[in-house]
Amino acid sequence: MSTPARAGLALAAAMLLGGCSSFSVPTVEPWVKPYERERLADPIMRFSRGALAERHAEHVRDVREGSRGATGVQGGGCGCN
Amino acid sequence: MTPRSRSGRALCALAIAAATLASPLAGGAIAPQSAAPDFTLRTMSGPNLRLAEQRGRVVMVNFWATWCGPCRQEMPHLDRLYQKYKSSGFVLLGVNVDDDARKAADVAAKLGVTFPMLLDTDKAVSKLYDLSTMPSTVIIDRDGKVRYFHRGYLAGYEDNYDKQIRELLR
Amino acid sequence: MAATRAALTLWRRLAALLGSLLGGVLAVGGAARAADLPEDSAEALLHVYTGGGVTAWGPAFLVRKSVADRFSITGSYYLDAVSNASIDVVTTASKYKESRHEYALSADYVYRDSQITIGVNTSREPDYTADRARIDISQEVFGGMTTVSLGFTRGADKVRKKDSPEFSDEARHWQYRLGVSQILTPRWIMSANVEAIADDGYLGSPYRAALVFGAAVPERNPRTRSARSLMLRVKGDLGSRDAMHASYRYYRDTWEIKGHTLELGYSRYFGDAWLADTYLRYHTQSAALFYSDNATSETVYVSRNRQLSPFDNASLGAKVAWTWRKVPGKYEVKVNGAYEYMHFKFKDFTDLRTGSRYAHGASILQLFVTGTF
Repeated sequence: MSTPARAGLALAAAMLLGGCSSFSVPTVEPWVKPYERERLADPIMRFSRGALAERHAEHVRDVREGSRGATGVQGGGCGCN
Repeated sequence: MTPRSRSGRALCALAIAAATLASPLAGGAIAPQSAAPDFTLRTMSGPNLRLAEQRGRVVMVNFWATWCGPCRQEMPHLDRLYQKYKSSGFVLLGVNVDDDARKAADVAAKLGVTFPMLLDTDKAVSKLYDLSTMPSTVIIDRDGKVRYFHRGYLAGYEDNYDKQIRELLR
Repeated sequence: MAATRAALTLWRRLAALLGSLLGGVLAVGGAARAADLPEDSAEALLHVYTGGGVTAWGPAFLVRKSVADRFSITGSYYLDAVSNASIDVVTTASKYKESRHEYALSADYVYRDSQITIGVNTSREPDYTADRARIDISQEVFGGMTTVSLGFTRGADKVRKKDSPEFSDEARHWQYRLGVSQILTPRWIMSANVEAIADDGYLGSPYRAALVFGAAVPERNPRTRSARSLMLRVKGDLGSRDAMHASYRYYRDTWEIKGHTLELGYSRYFGDAWLADTYLRYHTQSAALFYSDNATSETVYVSRNRQLSPFDNASLGAKVAWTWRKVPGKYEVKVNGAYEYMHFKFKDFTDLRTGSRYAHGASILQLFVTGTF
C-alpha cells in the first residue's frame, strides 16, 4: 500500500474513531428501533427450527457434497468414510 | 509493511470502528431532570389515561413487549414493587408496544400483572421517549421530571428501582 | 508447509480482529443492552438418511440449561447407525454396518452486548475418531441492528482401518468463521458468513479405491486442503403470517473444487398451532483436480471419490411444526417433522454395474420434539 493510501486509511479510521461530530461526517442512526422488532422476533423468522435437526441435515450434506462451511451451523465430527 | 500486517491493521480499524458505532447512542430527547413528555394512551381495561394527571405521585413507566424475553422476566418484580409502594403515592404504568393488543392482554393476564397497562400500538409514545432498548423503565418524580432512565433489564435491576422509588417517595 | 503458513496468517489476522473486538466489548459502556441468553431447552430427534445404498439413522438428544443467569450449558448426544451398501462398497467389497457416537458440550456466556461460546465435540466410530474444540464470539453493534460474530474451530482426527491394525494416521483441521447479520427493515434481515477451512494430514478413506487404467488402486489424496466459503442469506416476513428465505453459497478450495449452492424457501402459519416450511435446494460442483472416473495416466494424486466429482444435487424439502403446549413466557413444546428428497446426478462417475452415469435419489427424514422453558 502506498504512503498516500496508508495516510488516507489512517485518516478515515481516525474520523470514525474520533467521533463524527467534530468532522461533520453524517452519522447513520439505526433505522429500525428496538420497539419495531416484533416481526423479526417471531419464531417464523428464525433460520433454524431445531438445533439437532439442523446439525443432522448439515452433516448429511457435508458427507455427500464437496462444499462445506459458512452455514453458521455448529457441527463437528465426521462420518467421512 | 508486509501484506499480512496491512490487512490485519485494516481489519483492526474496521473492528474498532464497529465497536465505536456500538458506543452509547444518546438517549435522545430525555435529558436528566427534564420534564417527562406528556402522553395519553388507552388502558387495557378501556378508559384513557394521561401521564400529567399523575402529577404529585412518583410514576414509573415501563415499556415492554410480549416478544421480549427480559421484559417478561422483569414483570413479576415490577408487580411486587407496585404492590409494595402503591399506597405511598407510587403508580406503575406498563406501556405495551405489541402490534396485537389482544396478545398483550393475554400475556399480561398470564403473568398476573396488577398495575395499569397502557397500549402503544402505533409506537407514538415509544418514539416520543426515543427508546433505544427493550425494556425501558423511566422513573418520574412528583413534579413530573424524569429522574432515572433504565435501558434494558438484568437480574438485580429491581433492587435499584426499589432504592430509587423509596428515595423519591420521601 | 503451505497449509500451515496459510493457517498461521489467518490465525494472526483473526487474533488481531478478536483482540479489537474484545477491546470494543470492554470499552463500550453506557447502554445496558444485553444480548439474550439462549432459552433453556430440550430436544429429542429421530433422524434417518437413506440413499445410494446407504442408510444412516438414530436418535439424538440435546439439553440446554441456564446457570446463574449468565451462563448457558448445552449437552448433546447423537447416534448414527450406518448400514453401508453404497456403490463403492458393493462393487469393491461387501456391505457393512457400524455405529457412530457423537457427544458435544458447550457453554455460552453473555456479557452486555456480547456472547461467548466455547464447545467441545467428539465423534467416535470403530475406525475414526474426530475431536473438535471451538470458540465463538458474537457482538451486537449499531443499536442492535448488526451482529458481528467470529469463530474458530480446531479439530484433530485419528484414522484407523478395520482389520488392519498396522494402519494408523491423523488429520488436523482449522476453521475460521466470520459472520455479519444485519437487520434491513422491520421485516427483513440478511446475513453474510465467510469461512476458511484448512485441513492437514490423511484426508481420504483407507477403504476407497481409485481406478487407473481400469484397475483398482488405493486412492491417493493430497495431505493438505485449504477452502474458502461465502454464504449470503436473506429472510423476510411477507406480512400475512408467512415468510420467505433465499441463500447462496460459493465454495472454492485448493483441490480446485468450486461449488455453488442455492436455496429458496417459504414458510407459513396455519391456524394457531401449525407452522409449515417448504424449500428448494440446488447444489452444483466441479471436479477436484485429481479426480478421475478412470484415470488414463499415472498421477501423483488420484481419487474416485464421488464427493469430489462434478455433480448436481437438486432437492425439495418440507417441514411441519405443531405447537403441542404453549404458555407464553413459561414454556412451549413443539412436535416437528421434516422430509427432504434429494436427487444426485453425477456427471463423471460410471455405475460399474450398468455402464451408464451414476444417479441416485436420497431421502432425509426427521421427527423431533423441541421444548423451550
